[in-house]
Amino acid sequence: MKKLFSPGRRDYTISFGIVILAYLVVQAMILTGNITSSFKGQLVPICAYIVMAVSLNLTVGVLGELSLGHAGFMSVGAFGGIVATTALADAIPFAPLRLAVAMAFGGLLAGIMGVIVGVPVLRLKGDYLAIVTLAFGQIIMNIVNVLYIGRDARGLHFSLLEQRFELGEGGKMIINGPIGVSGVSKLSTFTAGFLLVLATLLLILNLLHSRTGRAVMAVRDNAIAAESIGISITRYKLLAFVVSAVFAGMAGTLYAMNYSTVTAAKFDFNTSILVLVFVVLGGLGNIWGSIIAAALLTVLPELLRAVNDYRMLLYAILLIAMMLFNNSKLKERLLAGRHREVE
Amino acid sequence: MAFLNNLISGISLGSVYAIIALGYTMVYGIAKMLNFAHGDVIMIGAYVSFCATSYLELSPLLSIVLAAAVCTALGVVIERLAYKPLREAASLAVLITAIGVSYFLQNAALLLWTANPKSFSSVVGAGSVSLFEGGLIISHVTLATVAACIIIMIALTLFTGRTKMGTAMRAVSEDKGAAQLMGINVNTTISVTFAIGSALAAVAGVLLCSAYPLLVPTTGSMPGIKAFTAAVFGGIGSIPGALLGGLMLGVIEIMSRAYVSMQLSDAIVFAVLIVVLLVKPDGLLGQRRNEKV
Repeated sequence: MKKLFSPGRRDYTISFGIVILAYLVVQAMILTGNITSSFKGQLVPICAYIVMAVSLNLTVGVLGELSLGHAGFMSVGAFGGIVATTALADAIPFAPLRLAVAMAFGGLLAGIMGVIVGVPVLRLKGDYLAIVTLAFGQIIMNIVNVLYIGRDARGLHFSLLEQRFELGEGGKMIINGPIGVSGVSKLSTFTAGFLLVLATLLLILNLLHSRTGRAVMAVRDNAIAAESIGISITRYKLLAFVVSAVFAGMAGTLYAMNYSTVTAAKFDFNTSILVLVFVVLGGLGNIWGSIIAAALLTVLPELLRAVNDYRMLLYAILLIAMMLFNNSKLKERLLAGRHREVE
Repeated sequence: MAFLNNLISGISLGSVYAIIALGYTMVYGIAKMLNFAHGDVIMIGAYVSFCATSYLELSPLLSIVLAAAVCTALGVVIERLAYKPLREAASLAVLITAIGVSYFLQNAALLLWTANPKSFSSVVGAGSVSLFEGGLIISHVTLATVAACIIIMIALTLFTGRTKMGTAMRAVSEDKGAAQLMGINVNTTISVTFAIGSALAAVAGVLLCSAYPLLVPTTGSMPGIKAFTAAVFGGIGSIPGALLGGLMLGVIEIMSRAYVSMQLSDAIVFAVLIVVLLVKPDGLLGQRRNEKV
């Protein structure tokens, strides 16, 4: 019994319990028709943002390095996944399986990008590291923006900057430069999103409570001390960063497959920041905080729809107010009061 | 000659980046925070100047003064309300609050001035100087921008080096606690820093919109990010670094736009930044901080 209630276990139970419960409640709402169409449209993005927030938390909260370019990995996963589903349209007719393969491919591409970005970036420290991740995010967005990929009977065609290939009979553009992707079949479903969230949680929570996870946290808390007991800083930093990129890539595939048109500009600096806001508001290193913050803050602008014009203004004010409250004496006093009651 | 023309427009754009980067660098040096709302203060400054000239029919010079005054007040108020309570908090908390302020300013501007782009008329007129029988054309805006940048740089260097307030600023940026023990009012010093940074942002906003006349509520975001990059490029916290970083960024951007690719110019700018930071992890003119065990 004691083991079941150790902090780690409780974190597990709460996270999975809440996610499964939320899924069941929403499914029930869909079945009974008690759901607005705008909220229904938000379900897959919520799942994608939850995975984004949890994965970014691995970099920012657990590894302790500020990343401002997480949307870049999402972008790689999104467009990689779209290319994979289009290329495999005939080979795998079963849509959920095709989505899963696309996600794996998107995750793999993002992971490779994670290595490419991570090796130079993780040599830097603090704000300099942050600005270089921002720079990589912008570079990825810029390059995807001038990427042309088409498919015809002969196979896939790539070019950069302008379309330098002619498509044969029955050929189709998959990524059309700044216009992006259009006319993709929407494969993502709420259930697929839910399964991805579950898989992410299972993997990341297990990682955190493993030897590897503790090594990553040791690097965060004191790199020099960690190194002195034989933990390879570079290795664990890169590992956390790449795992984080892989999940962001999968979230990207899920997100992109929910829309029929996607452009590179969707995955810009603002998206990176949005996810960072989820992570910080949810609490650094706190996985289930990330889940709740991502879900609530994605729905919040919808909930504020009643005040229409002022909703983004209110969102901003709420954001500032929450940050101020989180660090205020008032919260300390409230928490202190609660602890006394428990005693 | 085309090269020279490009170089000059690069320097002009770089001067605007440098003025914005100064705001970032000063605030970072003293408050150790990345003020993400700085880019949006630029936008507010440009809107105020726009309103002053088109609705109140003030003279351009007066409109700049008004914009600087409004932005100064705005900067000080933002610091008092949003950043001051978080002075002891984790740097990420301050960063997110700054992002909140940035959202707030953008959306407030959206409500006040709508999303329709305003066409900003240049504060120095549309004229230009032509040299070498028309081979080299320098617009008045370019001249004014470069001149403003030089004047601001000299004034700031003198201010931080020679005045009591400037010395206080350097002391606070070195060690807040020790500065307080020496009788320096840390709160006032930080407020003054925000005031100067925001006034500079207003000037930068007016100059930026004089060169690129479309004014929308998100006008400040991208120049803000670029100027922030410039500040890091030159070594964040260093005033000459901000100038050097801004100028280099502007020139690289215009040159890659002209000779490599229009669409990839941003990617090239950021790639150069990455290379510089990998070779010199503290920026071009940044000070090396030794790590203690």
